[in-house]
Amino acid sequence: MLAHFILALRTAGIPASITEYLTLLRGMKEGVADYNVDDFYHLSRATLVKDERHLDRFDRVFGEVFKGLEPPEGDPQEGAAIPEEWLRKLAEKFLTEEEKAQIEALGGFEKLIETLKQRLAEQKGRHQGGSKWIGTGGTSPFGAHGYNPEGVRIGQEESRHRRAVKIWDKREFKDLDGDIEIGTRNMKLALRRLRRFARQGAATELDLPDTIRATANNAGTLDLKLVPERHNTVKVLLFLDIGGSMDDHVQVCAELFSAARAEFKHLEHFYFHNCPYERLWTNNRRRRESEISTWEVLRKYGPDYKLIFVGDAAMSPYEVIQPGGSVEHWNEETGQVWLQRLMGHFRRSAWLNPMPEAAWGRYQSAQILHRLMERRMYPLTLDGIEAMTRELSR
Amino acid sequence: MAGFRSSQHYIASRDLEVAVNAAIALQRPLLVKGEPGTGKTVLAHEVAQALGHPLIEWHIKSTTKAQQGLYEYDAVSRLRDGQLGDPRVHEIGNYIVRGKLWDAFEADKPHVLLIDEIDKADIEFPNDLLLELDRMQFFVYETRQTVVAKHRPVVIITSNNEKELPDAFLRRCFFHYIRFPDRETMEKIVQAHFPDIKQELAREALNVFFQVRGVTELKKKPATSELLDWLKLLMIEDLPPEVLRSTDAKTAIPPLYGALLKNEQDVHLFERLAFLSRQRQR
Repeated sequence: MLAHFILALRTAGIPASITEYLTLLRGMKEGVADYNVDDFYHLSRATLVKDERHLDRFDRVFGEVFKGLEPPEGDPQEGAAIPEEWLRKLAEKFLTEEEKAQIEALGGFEKLIETLKQRLAEQKGRHQGGSKWIGTGGTSPFGAHGYNPEGVRIGQEESRHRRAVKIWDKREFKDLDGDIEIGTRNMKLALRRLRRFARQGAATELDLPDTIRATANNAGTLDLKLVPERHNTVKVLLFLDIGGSMDDHVQVCAELFSAARAEFKHLEHFYFHNCPYERLWTNNRRRRESEISTWEVLRKYGPDYKLIFVGDAAMSPYEVIQPGGSVEHWNEETGQVWLQRLMGHFRRSAWLNPMPEAAWGRYQSAQILHRLMERRMYPLTLDGIEAMTRELSR
Repeated sequence: MAGFRSSQHYIASRDLEVAVNAAIALQRPLLVKGEPGTGKTVLAHEVAQALGHPLIEWHIKSTTKAQQGLYEYDAVSRLRDGQLGDPRVHEIGNYIVRGKLWDAFEADKPHVLLIDEIDKADIEFPNDLLLELDRMQFFVYETRQTVVAKHRPVVIITSNNEKELPDAFLRRCFFHYIRFPDRETMEKIVQAHFPDIKQELAREALNVFFQVRGVTELKKKPATSELLDWLKLLMIEDLPPEVLRSTDAKTAIPPLYGALLKNEQDVHLFERLAFLSRQRQR
């Protein structure tokens, strides 16, 4: 019966395998879960999920697959499926003193709950508006988002009012999901993956300890051992789009920047507006003084620098493909030419876009740039950064 | 089933208990991840204590090799002994130095083995231990002997998430992510560590602590271990709780902040916030 659970997990993108499935079955046989739903949830989570970024997804799938384990829904005779305690707490939490006094007007708390039970029993389906039934947006004392001061707010989502909140419904691991935006620490960890590959290369350095060991193993005949040189100095060039539509994304860009600064010894950053042209600047406040010609940047930084653009790529398409298309000045050469020049110089480059991937299709400019970048545009999420670091360190 | 439970000194959530007990029952390694300072390493000590097994600790560094956990062949001293004509040189077994895993396998009673901060090592490290942790045996090439675990040790592995671990390795482990404790759990933890702390001091300190954690721009948020250090300092200095109450984290830097803030940028940030809010009050 658990097979479809595993399949559901795999469909949701959690890489659970047969080995883990068998382990889970063995664990149940050994009585670790002890026929208790919560323990079964903990056991299956410990067995099947191996990455905290998948925990939230797991919770969601678990909730879906094992719906049947909760008290049966939609049985109106079982209106008492909401424990009274629970309701009372909820009400106490949301009601002010005056409102509580008004409840008294309706006949006190007991009466209110009594009425609620009755209504629950009478009501057959989802309800919205109106002044009697339990549902959303109405003036009945029961339901969510209502206006009745005497109202009991029951959950925010319809249908919630018939089930107690289970652990997996709390979704406490939501913040760790790789698709959701990110804090500095997480970002650092994602960027750190760039560093990992920095130690590879041809074996050119003499490994003294290993040579001694090998020579000794060889009974004194010299046996040279070589190791790859340590290159844990990844060089990164960050080009940041600033101003205009990027103002919405300042927070996440600042986080990315501070994470990147902590991670890389060789990090240089330049600003541009919408699309890089012949001039960049290093300090946005003193833009005039800190301007630098893009040619200069190309000369100064070798092809081994990894180039990362950060920008929402939301602009008029002319800013990319037309000479003079820039909104700020007359540009002799198109943004497209400059972008290709930069990409031709630096061996590895990618574009991080703070807009969600689904929105790119709405902007012609984003599509053009995505194509120009040879599809190396990634969303500014943990997964996106990770995909980017993988691409950059290939 | 004799299992692992929250003890007087260590507050474990129910999901952690289940994960540990599953690892014990099925004799598989347990991989523990979580924010730094949430008690990953301490867990191994607690499990060892709960089960009454001795603990073997293997701390991993960036230079640690998997082979070092099994055994090392000290060829250099054999070379030297050979030149000096020491008779020991004829027996290769004299130059095999046992590693932590070997110790755990050959022990007469079951042990708890802690492999601490596995992510510090080279990326190949976990892969090199796959078979050894799975079958709990390995082969010594120099002496042509197979070392098989007499008692399978309870293996606890911690990771700070600096590197991604290979799938094949993960598949053989149980996994638990230690979440940052909520206020209620934190109160229990404080109580467990400082049973004779003044209630008022603990409450005020926790208020300040969660306020500090609430500042989103912090580079390194203080975690459980920092809180415990700080409380210890507060108790040694015997500060009255009122001092903490007046120092709302928004208006002033908490006293003895060195235990909580580990980074000068964070301290600056706090000074700036405090300055701003004092100005606003005027």
